Amino acid sequence: MTAALELRGVSVRRGERTILSDISLDIAPGEMLGVVGPNGAGKTTLLRAAIGLQPLSAGEVRLNGRTLASLGGSERAAIAGYLPQERRVAWNMPARDIAALGAASLAPREGLAIAEACLAELEVGWLAGRGVLDMSGGERARVLLARLLATRARLLVADEPAAGLDPEAQLLILERLRRRAADGVAVIVTSHDLTVAARACDRLAVLHEGRLVALATPLEALSPRVLAEVFALDGALIDTPAGLTLAARRVGRGESG
Amino acid sequence: MRLMLLLILALGGALALSIALGETGLTPAQYLDAFSKPGSPAAEILFGIRAPRACCAAMAGAALGLAGAVMQGLLRNPLAEPGVLGVSAWSGSAAALAIVLGLGAAPGALEAAALGGALAAGAVVALLAARFREPETLILFGVALAALGGAMTALIFNLSPSPITLAEVLAWLQGSVANRDWSDLAWAAAPMALGAALCAYAGAGLRMLVLGDETAALSGLPMARLRVAAVAGAALLTGASVAMAGVIGFVGLAAPHLVRGAVSDDPARTLAPSAIAGAILLTLADLLARVIPSETELRLGVVTALFGAPLFALVAWRAARSWRA
Repeated sequence: MTAALELRGVSVRRGERTILSDISLDIAPGEMLGVVGPNGAGKTTLLRAAIGLQPLSAGEVRLNGRTLASLGGSERAAIAGYLPQERRVAWNMPARDIAALGAASLAPREGLAIAEACLAELEVGWLAGRGVLDMSGGERARVLLARLLATRARLLVADEPAAGLDPEAQLLILERLRRRAADGVAVIVTSHDLTVAARACDRLAVLHEGRLVALATPLEALSPRVLAEVFALDGALIDTPAGLTLAARRVGRGESG
Repeated sequence: MRLMLLLILALGGALALSIALGETGLTPAQYLDAFSKPGSPAAEILFGIRAPRACCAAMAGAALGLAGAVMQGLLRNPLAEPGVLGVSAWSGSAAALAIVLGLGAAPGALEAAALGGALAAGAVVALLAARFREPETLILFGVALAALGGAMTALIFNLSPSPITLAEVLAWLQGSVANRDWSDLAWAAAPMALGAALCAYAGAGLRMLVLGDETAALSGLPMARLRVAAVAGAALLTGASVAMAGVIGFVGLAAPHLVRGAVSDDPARTLAPSAIAGAILLTLADLLARVIPSETELRLGVVTALFGAPLFALVAWRAARSWRA
């Protein structure tokens, strides 16, 4: 089966600094991949490179088997949808209209119907008529995610979709993305919350200083050694009745072996 | 749709009022004459002098309102207006240069200079808009272009030998639609129509920009092309309005804010109502300029700012609540 997203030897340099170094990974349709790592590890750059927003200094990205360069703008938009970490919205448009921007290629009526369905899916259907600048940050985050879902793309790329939200909202958002994966969509998300990422994702890609140090199931990827070396944490992922949970204490940089 | 109907009715009312009222008072009998006897003095006043003047004001206002809405959408900034990218400054300084060079008397030369200046600035901005996505960058370049345009005008003042020419330049820079006839309207129609078409084309892009440059870039819309269309459209509209009526501030800033709330803040749906709102504003401003008793007729640019600014402050006060989020 053709990978939904394929990165081969992707490197990104900015001046002297190496942001990403020789990253290779695949995501299959129906798979949910989490990208984790400390601040500045290169998570956002990896997502931006995957979607063609970040010029590569080496390597190649393929969407659905086709190189990014060979895809036209509208072809790429049909294959992949992207949710940036930045949640700034310029004007106080109603949630319904914002979500419908995801389905802008459809007739307005059809786009609005999809937008409202996606808002309802994220349990903010009742906010459809409210201006996005009159909402709480958490509500706005859900509206913007609804815009991503409304693209109905086969590859969803979401940068910190759950950051800054309350625990219930975080679980809800990851669950809904998980549901899309179950429908055969490939999903790639970044998350600072290792518990949330471990519970929702099939595999985790662990980035450290621009290098891919682990790419495996959550339990394998977040081994005690990786937790210590990459995150400066002494602990482990534990399988609890509620799902995988991180139990760890801070060891501080430089003390880890 | 209802908003547009309302605005068009209001514009019709403003135009009728602007044609009916003026410095020369007419008796009911003379009004009757104007409609029944073509060629009568009353008909000449109403349809030969006032009507083209009112229509010029409406068209210049529509162009500025639309250009302002496009600029605010493109730059995602409620303070943006047609002048923000330096287009009106260059247009005004090119017109000033034409006046000083004695081209003011040649038919069409002044207008061509104003339009040319606007298009030159527009071309520079369009190149920049294709290259740089961030609105902040465009605004910074625009500030530089506007400052350069202002400096050129100041230089023209500085070097011009004749105070009479200077008075003419100053009058131009304050804006007016006095003594305009139907031919002024006719030649401005083409660049304005082209500008409006470009703006309408850019509308979908402006709406997508609400989510930021990157999301817009990935939306599948040809954003670079839409950005250039928006800048070129706004430059054409601004240039044509400066050519027709001189430099008029404020309408382009205020008109979009008057209608934005009624179209749920959607930058694409703001365009057409902003044009009509701009037309109403400038028609009424010109009416005020004519009927306010004063030694010399008030300049249009002076009236728009004088009466518009307090009104606009009120609108901003109300709107500020939604921006505070």
